[in-house]
Amino acid sequence: MLWDALALQLGYNATLVAIGSTLLGVAAGITGTFLFLRKRALVSDAVSHATLPGVCLAFLALVVLGGDGRNLIGLLAGSAVSAWLGLLCMNWLTHNTRLAEDAAIGAVLSVFFGFGIVLLTIIQSLGVGRQAGLEGFLLGTTAGMLRLDALIIAIGGAATLILVTIIRRPMMMVAFDPEYAAARGVAVNRTDLAMMGLVMAVTVIGLKIVGLILIVALLIIPPVTARFWSERSDLVVLLAGMAGGLAGYLGAAISASTPDLPTGPIIVLVSFGFFALSLLLAPARGVLAAVLRHVQFQRRIHIRQGLLALAQGQMIYEPLTLRLLHRAGLARADGVATDAGRARAAKALRDEKRWEIVRADLTHEATAALYDGLRDIETVLTKDQIEEIDLRIGGPHGIQP
Amino acid sequence: MNGEEFVTLSLTPLLIGTFSAIACALPGNFLVLRKQALIGDAISHVVLPGIVVGFLLTGAISTWPMMLGAAGAAIVSVVMIEAIRRLGKIEPGAAMGVVFTSMFAAGVLLLEQTDTSTVHLDVEHALYGNLESLIWLDATGWQSVLDPQALAGLPPELPRIAITLLGVALFTWIFWRPLKISTFDEGFARTIGIRTGRLGLALVIAAAIAAVAAFDAVGSIIVIAMFICPPAAARMMTNRLETQVVWSVFFATVSAVLGYVLAGYGPLWLGGLDAVSAAGMIATVSGLILMICAIFGPCRTRSGAPNSN
Repeated sequence: MLWDALALQLGYNATLVAIGSTLLGVAAGITGTFLFLRKRALVSDAVSHATLPGVCLAFLALVVLGGDGRNLIGLLAGSAVSAWLGLLCMNWLTHNTRLAEDAAIGAVLSVFFGFGIVLLTIIQSLGVGRQAGLEGFLLGTTAGMLRLDALIIAIGGAATLILVTIIRRPMMMVAFDPEYAAARGVAVNRTDLAMMGLVMAVTVIGLKIVGLILIVALLIIPPVTARFWSERSDLVVLLAGMAGGLAGYLGAAISASTPDLPTGPIIVLVSFGFFALSLLLAPARGVLAAVLRHVQFQRRIHIRQGLLALAQGQMIYEPLTLRLLHRAGLARADGVATDAGRARAAKALRDEKRWEIVRADLTHEATAALYDGLRDIETVLTKDQIEEIDLRIGGPHGIQP
Repeated sequence: MNGEEFVTLSLTPLLIGTFSAIACALPGNFLVLRKQALIGDAISHVVLPGIVVGFLLTGAISTWPMMLGAAGAAIVSVVMIEAIRRLGKIEPGAAMGVVFTSMFAAGVLLLEQTDTSTVHLDVEHALYGNLESLIWLDATGWQSVLDPQALAGLPPELPRIAITLLGVALFTWIFWRPLKISTFDEGFARTIGIRTGRLGLALVIAAAIAAVAAFDAVGSIIVIAMFICPPAAARMMTNRLETQVVWSVFFATVSAVLGYVLAGYGPLWLGGLDAVSAAGMIATVSGLILMICAIFGPCRTRSGAPNSN
């Protein structure tokens, strides 16, 4: 059943939903990356909640004008207007009053959403039946998705992506260093507004599938996921798009393959699954990699300290040190050094003495700063320099690693 | 409207709404000043899975398991945010966004998967509560306020939120000095021996308790609005924390009372429609208060700081 869904074989509606969710995921992931790198991820929360009064007012206006209240284009236009208004309110509050951005986000979010709910109850009291579907914008509904809806999402998503491609450079510059961007002549405020406008566009086209509460997840989670895998901004943008698209596709397929699984939450949870995997498994930034790095570091310290002890003829009592030395063939199980161990130990002691000279010598100040008890001296000094230091130490020569 | 109707239908919702608003606004003052205002938003999203799990475990709409579930979910979310922030080196806002949206999605999924058709538990209810339905059926008029038999029939939300309000107020009063010092100057607070880490955690827990109790009575939208709007509006009125707290309590009360009255009677005055959502109206009124304060408040700008434009 799941395979059928993944191969888009579960009927017309399921296919439309899958295509729509994939496109939405790509658009949201790519747009959200700029927001995330600008450290304003939660602005999307305010934008998405601020769409509700617009949806309701558009519905009322459509009904008053005698049209069908459920015209998706009309509702989306209304939601875009009120989201933009919310955005302007938020910007005004942060720029012209003493409120910090988080308080402005929370204020706009709760007040617009509260007002939207007031309007929603007004619509409910106007006459039951006609409003069916407006609640769907809270959590998304895919059951009755039409070809036109999918088309709107596809066109909206494509337009968003084209706009992102055009203004990606100023957006990235502002995200990383607003002062530098301003010095280079980028209009920071306008770029920020454009970024928010794109977020608003994604929110609006996502209303139908995942709803206004969960669209935030699609804007935040894929960029955070992608950030684990790369340090290059353009790659992060692409990876976020991929993670979002894949989550949309898989989520839609899973929800289509089982009855009663709502699409929006499943997409979000699949996305969170990717995030959790990345958090654990990503190279360099993942938890597993960090643990491995720590263990490796621990081993190097133990071997180094063990070698120094061997060289000075001290007993080793630490079981981990003994085990590591034994496994490396440097010592016997009872702690007596092998030939290889003796050579390495002599070398370690010699290196320690060399470092001591280096650190006492002001001309080597820059090199001495690199000393951390583990670094091989050959990696920071040339052969000639080491020979010169050995001359100062005197004593036996010819110790090779 | 006579006293009898008022006491039966409106007194308890008004009191519950006001108490919830004040209980959220008190810790909200510190959260806004500490730039942690969105914690209220996060908590009110994550209590949904907690409530659903509490319902699944007991199979009935009983308050304590659901409140415990909500509190558990709030703690899980705080731990998860902290873990993701530290393990993944992710900025706090994004970590919060990842956690609360995912947990909310899990809550919605659980809710859709369970058979809740026989009980009143759905996402809409969680979002905007049912303040209007918390009526006091046993009351016959003002004399019932002193009648123990009628008092026994009070909706249980009222004593619960009253106790919570008392607890939050006590917390604020007892820890006033350390809270104030650590909010404005954490470094100085640490040098005079205040455990700022623990105090911050205690503040978040107090906020979470207020949020869960208020959520139970009035839904999540009031919780978010009351954590932020009254304190933010009060911040425009004064530069002294003491005065700000007093203003925020005043604004919270005005929002709750005016919002409830407008929602209940406003449509009737305008021409006979049914009442609109009280929770939504309270949030709207608090937003209007914030707007007025942001335009006319005597201390609305950052004093001394150049305009960031």
